[in-house]
Amino acid sequence: MLMNKFRFFWHKVGPVLTVLLVIIAIWYAATIWLNSSWAYDKAKRADTTISFSQMVSDTMIQDKPLLPAPHQVVKEIYKTTVLKKITSKRSLIWHGWITLSATLLGFAFGTTFGILLAIGIVYSRAMDMSVMPWVITSQTIPILAVAPMIIVVLNAVGISGLLPKAIISMYLSFFPVVVGMVKGLRSPDQMQIDQMRTWSASKSSSFWKLRLPSSMPYLFASLKIGIAASLVGAIVGELPTGAVAGLGARLLAGSYYGQTIQIWSALICAAILAASLVAIIGIIEKHTLRRMGIQL
Amino acid sequence: MTWIVFALLFWITMWILNVRLANAERNRITNWIVPALFGISLLVLWEGFVRGLDISPILLPTPSAIAIRFSTSIPILWVDFVQTFVKGALSGYVIGCSAAFLTAIAVDKSSFLKRGLLPVGNFVAALPIIGMAPILVMWFGFDWHSKSAVVVVMVFFPMLINTVAGLSAKDTIQNDLMQTYGASYWQSLFKLSLPAAMPFIFNGLKICTTLALIGAIVSEFFGSPTRGMGFRISTEVGRLSLDMVWAEITVAALAGSAFYGMMALIEKGITFWHPSQRS
Repeated sequence: MLMNKFRFFWHKVGPVLTVLLVIIAIWYAATIWLNSSWAYDKAKRADTTISFSQMVSDTMIQDKPLLPAPHQVVKEIYKTTVLKKITSKRSLIWHGWITLSATLLGFAFGTTFGILLAIGIVYSRAMDMSVMPWVITSQTIPILAVAPMIIVVLNAVGISGLLPKAIISMYLSFFPVVVGMVKGLRSPDQMQIDQMRTWSASKSSSFWKLRLPSSMPYLFASLKIGIAASLVGAIVGELPTGAVAGLGARLLAGSYYGQTIQIWSALICAAILAASLVAIIGIIEKHTLRRMGIQL
Repeated sequence: MTWIVFALLFWITMWILNVRLANAERNRITNWIVPALFGISLLVLWEGFVRGLDISPILLPTPSAIAIRFSTSIPILWVDFVQTFVKGALSGYVIGCSAAFLTAIAVDKSSFLKRGLLPVGNFVAALPIIGMAPILVMWFGFDWHSKSAVVVVMVFFPMLINTVAGLSAKDTIQNDLMQTYGASYWQSLFKLSLPAAMPFIFNGLKICTTLALIGAIVSEFFGSPTRGMGFRISTEVGRLSLDMVWAEITVAALAGSAFYGMMALIEKGITFWHPSQRS
């Protein structure tokens, strides 16, 4: 029994672990390859020659390497999260919180707007025909490219801080929600709709008791895409503010001063943030759907 | 005030017209006219409100001002378009998508690799990969090569996931049939797996069109030669000539829609047999 469980676990986790190990191995190899020229240059200027093993050990500890080694990034993240006070401007947790708050606000706006739009589209034929094509077209406009303008313009009107970033996040996250919810609200089949009619259910009760519940699986799938998109929006929204605060600002400041280790640690933090946000929605999804009696 | 009233009246008239058209018999023409009328009425609403409320052109230019700016600066826009779209986005798109496609075919042979790569790929596809832009600009320099590299990284994983999912879309029965025919691996790849994967592959290709454009433009914020759509947007925002920025956005929107539309057309031609194309 235990053996079987272990085998099942290994069947799922083993391949993933292998791929991750390969990625880390490639990363280390690339670190040596990319940073070696700097190590050789340094030795040349000091008029010494270094052996291969000396070169390898040097590529692992450079201050501003082309590609920092994984352990350097881990050390930097540990230093800037655990060892720094949260209120310090050097703390990644402080920067991460600023990005996270904009992400969550934008996500909340985007989800609300998306659901309302989807309800309008499902219930009004005119809205379906006139708005839906533009919703799709809206996503071919690279909003991220427009982000600097939105930030600067809103700043000029006196709106700054959280809201402009949240607006960009909202623009990115409303789209998956609209598309998913339109599909979800239309997912009850004709037989179920007829059944509601034989019970002479009103429009609102057939919405609350049939359409909305059956759209839940679609909603959660969209929310997972939406929150990842929100995070990207918030990070890009932080770029034009002149590197003040947030993970995006850390990226920009790092690229200005060549602090590669700082860039990578901000990047990894963003990745961890994205993964945890998606995972949290996944957990909520599992519980909600189980209580509704839909097996996953 | 008259401007606002006029714009609102125009919008309401258009909406009533649209409701009428939408509730009438649905056909090819109304499918085009209804969204077009809605778009026009939005533009009129924009123009009317900006004029009526006297909004400064530094904050929000009118659509007519943007159109004038667009038509007078076509040479600049063209240079930017070539730099960002043709050199940066398109080259990266082709390299990234073909690399992902070939990787997917290689991975598809081994179920071990597939089980390992799919979760990792799904994870990476949800990451803010655009954050890689400053690093890649540092590695490949300021010209279009770095933009192309950003696009490659951005489109690779979405394309990989879609292709791998597509390659396992064939039925077991169809696979068995290929085996009874004594088909070789390559024969069953080209005659069964790839055609069955096409809807998924095109889904990936369509998602990647917007990603490619975004990647190419945003990576120009981290350093670029003195041309390119991202460069123009960030410098013109600094000079507060927003009509130029909007003209550049128009170019981006047109390029993005055309790119997406082209992929959708090719898809229609290749996957004509799929239920979603027949309605």
